[in-house]
Amino acid sequence: MTYAVEVNNVSMHFNMNKDKIDNLKEYCIKLLKRQLFFEDFTALQNISFTINRGDVFGIIGLNGSGKSTLLKIISGILKPSAGSVTVAGTVAPLIELGAGFDADLTARENIFLNGSVLGFSRDFMRQKFEEIVEFSELEEFIDVPIKNFSSGMVARIGFSVATIVKPDILICDEILSVGDYKFQEKCEKRIQELMSDQTTVILVSHSIEQIERMCNRILWLERGCIKAIGGREIIPLYQPDFEGRDS
Amino acid sequence: MKRGLAILNIYFEVFRKYHFLLQDLVARDFKLKYRRSILGFLWSILNPLLMMLVITAVFSNMFKSDIQYFPVYYLCGYLIFNFVVEATNGALTSIVQSGYLIKKVYIPKYIFPLEKTTFALVNVVFSFAAVLLVILITKMPIQPTILLIPIPVFYAFVFSTGLGLILASCNTFFRDTGHLYSVWTTAWMYLTPLFYPLESIPESIQKFIFYNPLYYFVTLLRELVIEGRMPDPAMHLTCICFSLLFLLVGLFIFKRSQDRFILYI
Ligand SMILES: Nc1ncnc2c1ncn2[C@@H]1O[C@H](COP(=O)(O)OP(=O)(O)O)[C@@H](O)[C@H]1O
Ligand SMILES: [Mg+2]
Repeated sequence: MTYAVEVNNVSMHFNMNKDKIDNLKEYCIKLLKRQLFFEDFTALQNISFTINRGDVFGIIGLNGSGKSTLLKIISGILKPSAGSVTVAGTVAPLIELGAGFDADLTARENIFLNGSVLGFSRDFMRQKFEEIVEFSELEEFIDVPIKNFSSGMVARIGFSVATIVKPDILICDEILSVGDYKFQEKCEKRIQELMSDQTTVILVSHSIEQIERMCNRILWLERGCIKAIGGREIIPLYQPDFEGRDS
Repeated sequence: MKRGLAILNIYFEVFRKYHFLLQDLVARDFKLKYRRSILGFLWSILNPLLMMLVITAVFSNMFKSDIQYFPVYYLCGYLIFNFVVEATNGALTSIVQSGYLIKKVYIPKYIFPLEKTTFALVNVVFSFAAVLLVILITKMPIQPTILLIPIPVFYAFVFSTGLGLILASCNTFFRDTGHLYSVWTTAWMYLTPLFYPLESIPESIQKFIFYNPLYYFVTLLRELVIEGRMPDPAMHLTCICFSLLFLLVGLFIFKRSQDRFILYI
């Protein structure tokens, strides 16, 4: 059996200069004064794991433990400093909904723009336009500039566009917490639909309840290292006072 | 060889997937640029016309004996120069400006500088209406070679894309690239024979001008529009060499540095 995602010894380092040098003058001064220290920050260290096709793979960990960084590496947005990632199939990254929305354009224009950001063809978007609008339930606002939208409304459109194709791998970074409860339920249902269709899902969420309900495998990151990986049984280790279904 | 072709093929496939994005971004820039101006895209034509009037009023007496059809002579130079400056300036900030996208989705990053040079190309196409208008008004004889205008514009486009890729990379790491470049474009304007004939300047300076790619693009365009002469192959070859050189260097630098962009935006 081939894996959907194979992460091989991945490390990610960031240069954390105390103050970010991005102009020549500062660079020269620092260079002359020999103050050009780069503080190496390791966001991920020797991470290796695999995700099977059809898994719903949860990633948990405190803020800053490297979850988003890992997701960005898997979706190809960031190149790891070391190691490699192999991904089998198409990836729909929902790192932040509505990435690439332009506040001055209307919802309609943004839907098409967002579609092309994700690499969909114009014809395909025309075909799916109705479906996208219907799912987002924002028919009345379709010709209003996005800047007049609430963040929940923007997220609705973003989610609708991003999940319009059945990707092989769906990556969700804490996106299910936006929008009202009704839309959250709808998103979750959509994800469940995709799951039953052999889509692999990678899910980061601060709702442990959600992770425990949806995921069959869970990775626990702590300060860039793997603390534990396994089934639902690691949840009580992460959050001892969590009242799971089976406890 | 076979592997090389396979790699090229992958690049082509990726480009095909994202060319809608290129179109959409150009359309967006177009909409945003003209949405709030009453005269709309007429400005693309009006702007060079007004510039031409000013410059003609100031300089045409000075070089009257040397330059035939001064308004057209100037417009040809101005359009090419302005096109290159607009395209490269747009490309320069393109990566930093698109940071919000680059950080959140995977997109081949060259799309952003390419989008800016393409946007400038769309604008310059409209601006050529100004040249036609001035030709008609000044009763200059229309040369059949005028149909070949796209050739020098294409050379300038390839050149700008190459230079734009270099500038976009530099500006991502050093934000003052923009300031330095704006100083350079001012000098560049005087180093390009826009409103003076090449012969009117001392030979010691002429030597520098022969290293200026814009000089060749501009001269090529003038030969086509004003003199109605097919430029000799050496001229084309010079233009092609400059364009390709910049494009290849640009692609090389960009490819080498693109994975680190995200850490600086
Ligand atoms: N571009 C960057 N430059 C420097 N440090 C970064 C960058 N991106 C993330 N980090 C650091 O990496 C660590 C992990 O961040 P992140 O993956 O966003 O954590 P999480 O999503 O688990 O909260 C954080 O300490 C953060 O400061
Ligand atoms: Mg995060």
